Amino acid sequence: MKDGAVLEMRGICKFFPGVRALENVDFTLRQGEIHALMGENGAGKSTLIKVLTGVYPKDGGEVWLSDTPVHIKSPQDAQNKGIATVYQEITLCPNLTVAENMYIGRTKSPFTNWAKINRQADKLLDELGIPVSATEQLGNCSIAIQQMVAIARAVDMDCKVLILDEPTSSLDEQEVQKLFNLMRDLKAKGVGIIFVTHFLEQVYEVCDRITVLRDGKLVGEYIIEDLPRVQLVSKMLGKDFDDMAEIKSGSESENIDLNGTPVYQAINLTGTTGIKPFDFEIHKGEVNGFTGLLGSGRSESVRAIFGADRVTGGTVKIDGIPVKIRKPLDAMKHGISYLPEDRKLDGIVGDLSVRDNIILALQVMKGFFKPFSKAQAEAFADEYIKLLNIKTASQDTPIKSLSGGNQQKVILARWLLANPQYLILDEPTRGIDVGTKVEIQKLVLKLAAEGKSVTFISSEIDEMVRTCSRLIVMRDGKVVGELKGDDLNQNKIMATIAGGESK
Amino acid sequence: MSVNTNALERKLKRRASLTDTNLLLIITIIVFLVMYICAVVFLKKGFTKPQMFFNILNENASLLVLSCGMTLVMITGGIDISVGQVTCLVCMACAVHLQKVNDGLAQGNVLTSLLIALAIGLAFGIIQGALVAYLEFQPFIVTLAGLFFAKGMTTIVCSDRVPVKYEPFVKLAKTEVTIPFLGSVNKKGIYIPAYVEVGVIVAIAVVILLFCLLRWTKLGRNFYAVGGNNQSANMLGINVKLTKFLAHVLCGLCAGIGGYLFFLHACSGSPLHAQGAEMNAIASSIIGGTLLSGGVGNIVGTLFGVLSLSTIKNIVTSLGLEDAWWTNITVGVMLCIFLLVQSVILARKNKNKK
Repeated sequence: MKDGAVLEMRGICKFFPGVRALENVDFTLRQGEIHALMGENGAGKSTLIKVLTGVYPKDGGEVWLSDTPVHIKSPQDAQNKGIATVYQEITLCPNLTVAENMYIGRTKSPFTNWAKINRQADKLLDELGIPVSATEQLGNCSIAIQQMVAIARAVDMDCKVLILDEPTSSLDEQEVQKLFNLMRDLKAKGVGIIFVTHFLEQVYEVCDRITVLRDGKLVGEYIIEDLPRVQLVSKMLGKDFDDMAEIKSGSESENIDLNGTPVYQAINLTGTTGIKPFDFEIHKGEVNGFTGLLGSGRSESVRAIFGADRVTGGTVKIDGIPVKIRKPLDAMKHGISYLPEDRKLDGIVGDLSVRDNIILALQVMKGFFKPFSKAQAEAFADEYIKLLNIKTASQDTPIKSLSGGNQQKVILARWLLANPQYLILDEPTRGIDVGTKVEIQKLVLKLAAEGKSVTFISSEIDEMVRTCSRLIVMRDGKVVGELKGDDLNQNKIMATIAGGESK
Repeated sequence: MSVNTNALERKLKRRASLTDTNLLLIITIIVFLVMYICAVVFLKKGFTKPQMFFNILNENASLLVLSCGMTLVMITGGIDISVGQVTCLVCMACAVHLQKVNDGLAQGNVLTSLLIALAIGLAFGIIQGALVAYLEFQPFIVTLAGLFFAKGMTTIVCSDRVPVKYEPFVKLAKTEVTIPFLGSVNKKGIYIPAYVEVGVIVAIAVVILLFCLLRWTKLGRNFYAVGGNNQSANMLGINVKLTKFLAHVLCGLCAGIGGYLFFLHACSGSPLHAQGAEMNAIASSIIGGTLLSGGVGNIVGTLFGVLSLSTIKNIVTSLGLEDAWWTNITVGVMLCIFLLVQSVILARKNKNKK
């Protein structure tokens, strides 16, 4: 046991059928430190955390909590032993109230004192500045609020170890800052915090120490000052890092004919999801993007384009010809593909194999009564697994056992297979590692060079700047600006998002 | 400045919108009241007398208890279709037992028959619960097996109708608990007090107990959490398996009690007793605002679900459509309309939040 360690994991092993998820991994967390756990998709971060919290039983190794060896049997057990966790996916019950979600499973008395629980919850929510009432049903709150509630729950537990598994992916800048302040407070109280994130800036902002995993193995543990960013990335990728800035060399937007007939054009498109009617067009070979804060209506806009939500008005023209797009299938038939934001909810069919998930969209368009032959399907799947470098044990592996980034790639493969003229990618890079992010960005630019049109949405502005040649800025459900050329830089985008009614 | 906006935001959000459970409960109660008042105003006949209402309770005390058990299981996202046949088995076992006591062939009294009923219900609950929770079998299939098993067992115990003549039991069954001030005056001007049977008191007690269980105890809230999302519930530190198990045990116990109440009302055992009671229980729970998908539901809603269901039946009968198929068709249509109303209202509510 090292000095001041609250948690020590030694030689942890975990196997899944066909995959060595963790092999002999050590991890030490000291009192009052924020410790980043970094690695690519499938490096084993989530698995390590799930072993620690008793979701998965470990296949080897030992866990020590403050000098005593422990065996963590279940999430309850982990909670009782002082390990509080906020998972990447929201793991609360949407049918219960906010207060209940904060206190369920950790009250001692067999009876529920509603008044007391609601009062305590309201007080805590107030302290943390979470704008929600304790008696509100959780399912009625936005994703960001739900995530904050999950954090509030974990924070309120009198824990020794706090695990935050990508808690920031659905929070906006302000909320992230709130969370960081909270983390610093807890750190001052001596709580050890394990922080998993893909945002390098965030790591360097709050963390003290970094442990890097790669392919289920430990790469090393570093003090933050000793590990510059570039080195961290190269350690995560296991190779020398080719700078992301290189991506957009040469493929500039000069060869796009902006005066020609747009591939897709919408005039006064009106949806039912609270966005104002908007005009939009995209040309052949163009990459453009919607940007704005969380909840500004950027996802709703592309959903309206795809017909995923009900469209109530407006004209849509494809190659200059007016068409009607009322449901996703219409859009698909007109060569539009959409990669949804929430891959768990809208994208993957968890129990189907990787292969079936890849051919799904093409199959739908072809009609269910004309199935592909097995050989055909296998050929398609093989091609895209290679093309996108999808890490899977085989084509027959159920998609749910893949890591998040690889699931995302499978969905991308699905839409690429449908050979769309116009591809909409809503947050394709959320929750996936830097290496895959770069791969996806490169792919987007390659597609554009091949003459496809792409609409790209991402919360990371620098990513948008790198990939898009035109940006549509949204605020509160309204299009507030369009930036291209020299205006396309971080400062200008920020200014437009923030607004200031500079009309 | 930001503090101010936050405070404002909080004030706006302070009035939390209704939870799905409460919303569905309110719909159920309103539908029942509208239906009953319409019946009183337009049909008159018996509906104007309070005794009509109490008769609904007398007829359905057993169904009420079965439905309450069903609601618990449905809240956890499961289902139990064995309760009807368990009721039938309980009736038969108790009837045979009390007849033997009456004929001097066996020791026992009313209490032992009650214990038999509870033991049968518990046994079914425990076995089915263990299979569903710990071996993770589909609740539908497990309880389907239970249904067939109970059906078979009933005929093994006795294949004929067994009337009960055991004196103390018959006396208990015929006991009428009068309700003060709610009687009516008959044609001859004699005041007839309103009454309920003993079973109704028991059923109401079960309703109150289970309501408290769901509302104020940890276990009750765990039922909702497990039904809402059992993965999350597990991560929140709830023992999901134990919770599911206990839901089935309680449902089994309710089947035992409900079975005994049926027995008390019918005073006999028969392989044809309580046929389809499980379906009525499911229908009542659903009308009462329990979602088959789990996580949403309320015992008070179930109470009104049972009342609505039987009021519909009474209305159909008093319209002169005596044939059984008319009631069935009406119940079928009502159930559909009800689900439609529920989903429309829930959808509207969810749209408003954006």
